[in-house]
Amino acid sequence: MTPDVAVHVRDLHKHYGAKRAVDGLDLTVERGEIFAVLGPNGAGKTTTIEILEGYRHRDRGEVRVLGVDPWGGDRTWRSRIGVVLQTANDQAELTVAELVHHFSRYYPSSRDPEQLIAAVGLTEKARTRVRQLSGGQRRRLDVALGIVGRPELLFLDEPTTGFDPEARRDFWDLVAGLRDEGTTILLTTHYLDEAEHLADRCAVVRDGRVVALDTPSALGGRRAHDAVVHWTEDGVPRSRPTDSPTAVVAQLAARFAPGEVPGLEVRRPTLEDVYLSLIGEGRTTLTDATTSPDLPDQDAQDARTAETTEEAVR
Amino acid sequence: MSAAAPTHAGPTHTGPVGGSPTARGRSGTGALPSVLALGLARTGIELKQFFRERDAVVFIFAYPVIMLAIFATVFGQDGATVGPEPGIPFAQYFLPGMIATGVMLSSFQNLAISIAVERDEGGLKRLRGTPMPAVSYFIGKIASVLISSLVQMALLLGAGAVLFDIDLPTTAGPWLTFAWVFGLGTATGAMCGIAFSSVPRSGKSVSAVVIPIVLVLQFISGVFFVYSDLPTWMQRVAEVFPLKWMAQGMRSVFLPEQAESFEVSGSWQHPMTAAVLAAWLLASVVVGAKTFRWKRRDDG
Repeated sequence: MTPDVAVHVRDLHKHYGAKRAVDGLDLTVERGEIFAVLGPNGAGKTTTIEILEGYRHRDRGEVRVLGVDPWGGDRTWRSRIGVVLQTANDQAELTVAELVHHFSRYYPSSRDPEQLIAAVGLTEKARTRVRQLSGGQRRRLDVALGIVGRPELLFLDEPTTGFDPEARRDFWDLVAGLRDEGTTILLTTHYLDEAEHLADRCAVVRDGRVVALDTPSALGGRRAHDAVVHWTEDGVPRSRPTDSPTAVVAQLAARFAPGEVPGLEVRRPTLEDVYLSLIGEGRTTLTDATTSPDLPDQDAQDARTAETTEEAVR
Repeated sequence: MSAAAPTHAGPTHTGPVGGSPTARGRSGTGALPSVLALGLARTGIELKQFFRERDAVVFIFAYPVIMLAIFATVFGQDGATVGPEPGIPFAQYFLPGMIATGVMLSSFQNLAISIAVERDEGGLKRLRGTPMPAVSYFIGKIASVLISSLVQMALLLGAGAVLFDIDLPTTAGPWLTFAWVFGLGTATGAMCGIAFSSVPRSGKSVSAVVIPIVLVLQFISGVFFVYSDLPTWMQRVAEVFPLKWMAQGMRSVFLPEQAESFEVSGSWQHPMTAAVLAAWLLASVVVGAKTFRWKRRDDG
């Protein structure tokens, strides 16, 4: 392995009795990237992450986190990683400032607590006790405590569960800012849009193994998937799967000229569609979960029969 | 996009997150803080948390005082005393037991419950993910318990002296005994509490497990009753546990010399007291170190 690798996992196994929670998992996280691990509950995500964080022992396999075996990782190693666990309700009687200051003392070269509190947007809440924070504020404090020691590698476990959309957007900006500073981030999430927005690469984990690994836009061969052109004709929705959506749209445009093609959309499978098919819960079609701009609903130009439409497009 | 909306009242997160990026070079920058320095930092934060949990503070501090008031009043009606004439006033007789019970509450009960809750809430797991050493965590626990116990002792002795006219020792000898019984008893109680915190299944069940144990020990160890009046088999049981010895050690501090002859053995048994407390301390350190969990039981 090279110094450019933050996390190196080969043939990782962890069994609980007959259950193979992790079953031959391979993973490589490069330095400086945001790497998302996706997968259903029970897929082995958390077990894997906790092995990487040094919380669990493994049965078998090769694991290096920042070049160190996390089982038996010493204080120096711990000072180089940051861990943001799933929801915790601890230390509710302390204030934000007290906690950030206290945790900053654990590390050899910490961030300035006041600047950090400002960076996570909690300056106004600095003197507030943790029990009075909202879920999103609490989570931002969790992140502040995770990054106060300037980690080279940050683990974020389902960081935005329960956030409202605006809080999530803020949180994403915060995480992206950390990456821009050079922090490597290993993220687990249930939210596909979060992975798509943040991650440089995604791994989908199923039954304790990585079943797909790529950039979010290319995951599962998404680029190669057929596009589907949708439009409305005679008040009836029409759709046509195609490898060349531009040609189909051009044909439709010519046919409806000079007016608009009613309800025209070109859809590609979303990350969610790809993900669901990868974890074996995919729907038969890859087209029904898309978000698309609302096209103005114009009257049909003329009355053509469905048969001629099929003909024309073909 | 919402991030660009002018009405957006929240913070913006662009740019470096705290501190200049140039400060990132970590090789050679600063050593890890010492275990002792972090132990002191933990002590401070533990005390802050303890004194902010108001209901627990009130219970732990007021309980021995209230119990002393009740028992001294009930048993001491019409000037009744313990032992042959001139006898010892009941308030004075119960004070050592209440001191022992106070030490057990603020060490054993306090830590057994608070650590189990901390584990349940994810606080211990969070700490485990930092470079803070476990030893610093335990230093913080034990030192904060020592300090809160001292405050509790001051309150209890003050209440005893002011409300019940109990004469406190005026020579150095008894206070020296007090110091080692208190110190050893607190350390033993704290370590037993740390070890016991892994026993309950969850933070919710911990009070239900710990409080009955504490109550039974109080009844059989001569805290609420005159120890020599208890049935022999009960005394035998109590002799196994530290509370009986702490109470006896405290009696040797706060009761007049003649009371030594009321003891079952006819002696204060200081060496035995030290030996039993030290044995529990050692055992709880060994067991605690082996069984301490940073994660919940259902968390693998």
